[in-house]
Amino acid sequence: MPDSLPTENGLGNTDPPAARRRWMAVLARADAGQLAGLLEAWGPAPAYRVLRGPESGLVMVRGRAGGTGGRFNLGEMTVTRCTVRTEPSDQGQAGSGTTGHAYVAGRNGAHAELAALLDALMQDPEQTAGLHAAVVAPLAAAQDARRRAVAGKAAATQVKFFAMQTTR
Amino acid sequence: MTADPTQPGFANPVAESQASFRAVMNAMARPGRLHEVGAGLSPPAPLHPATAAVLLTLVDGETPLWLDPAAGPARDWLAFHCSATFAATPAGCAFALALSLPDLAALPAGGDETPETSATLILQVAALGSGAPLRLTGPGLQEPAVLAVDGLDGAFVARWADNRALYPRGVDLVLCAGTTLAALPRSVTVEEAG
Repeated sequence: MPDSLPTENGLGNTDPPAARRRWMAVLARADAGQLAGLLEAWGPAPAYRVLRGPESGLVMVRGRAGGTGGRFNLGEMTVTRCTVRTEPSDQGQAGSGTTGHAYVAGRNGAHAELAALLDALMQDPEQTAGLHAAVVAPLAAAQDARRRAVAGKAAATQVKFFAMQTTR
Repeated sequence: MTADPTQPGFANPVAESQASFRAVMNAMARPGRLHEVGAGLSPPAPLHPATAAVLLTLVDGETPLWLDPAAGPARDWLAFHCSATFAATPAGCAFALALSLPDLAALPAGGDETPETSATLILQVAALGSGAPLRLTGPGLQEPAVLAVDGLDGAFVARWADNRALYPRGVDLVLCAGTTLAALPRSVTVEEAG
């Protein structure tokens, strides 16, 4: 995947599509069990309805040799997508609800549904910061830790061929 | 994606689209017979459930859809659930959705060697089974059938005669109202009953 894992947890970027892209990426890569647990801890799940899915399909993953060469088809990958819409709550939530989308690798429909629900909830400006702190930030931190652990393991096996240079 | 749909599509896409495909197929084979489709759908206004079911079943990204401007509010819903692409003019469409009788001659009628490239018009009317009766004859009808349509333009019979004259070219028509549909393939001859 071309874009790297989000490593910062703050809402530093004020560009809405970029911020949304970041939380959607975190939600899509999250561990489904952890995501469900954090959402439950945050509060009661609000009313929503499923507009589409969750449904699984295949997408073609394409790559470029060396990052610059001609495009080639690397292979197909299973993706599950879901779209939900929150119901306007009786607590005076503005508008008629928001629509959230999620595309998740694999076949976990429940994960896609939860990620879509969170995407919809996070678009309500009043809830963005709270949900980010309660759900997205811990998930991002866990993903960051996991990535560092894997990178650390790989780094420990690195072989330095030019040993003379390193000992100079 | 800029579409912001607010209504769901089929609850069970595979089974329901197969059922409504079968209804459209049988309706085409037996012109004028009424079929029930789309029960349980809650499409956005101004679409009726039957109209929505036919569109969900037939339209996809490879079949440009021409929308009657009056059906504009349903555009987002169609773009999202059908992955529909929209034709700018009637001449460029594979399916046309209309809420009032459009100019049939403006829709693609196919060629003499490629009659399958013609358009299918999905026309939403007020009601089927009541209103002005039409007498149908042609393939698929051993005896003339009578189809009553409420809300069809008075000029329809004359315009359909022009369309019928083009055979094997010409436009096929699916009439939808509520959760009922009936079809008029290009081969059918329509007269006012009476």
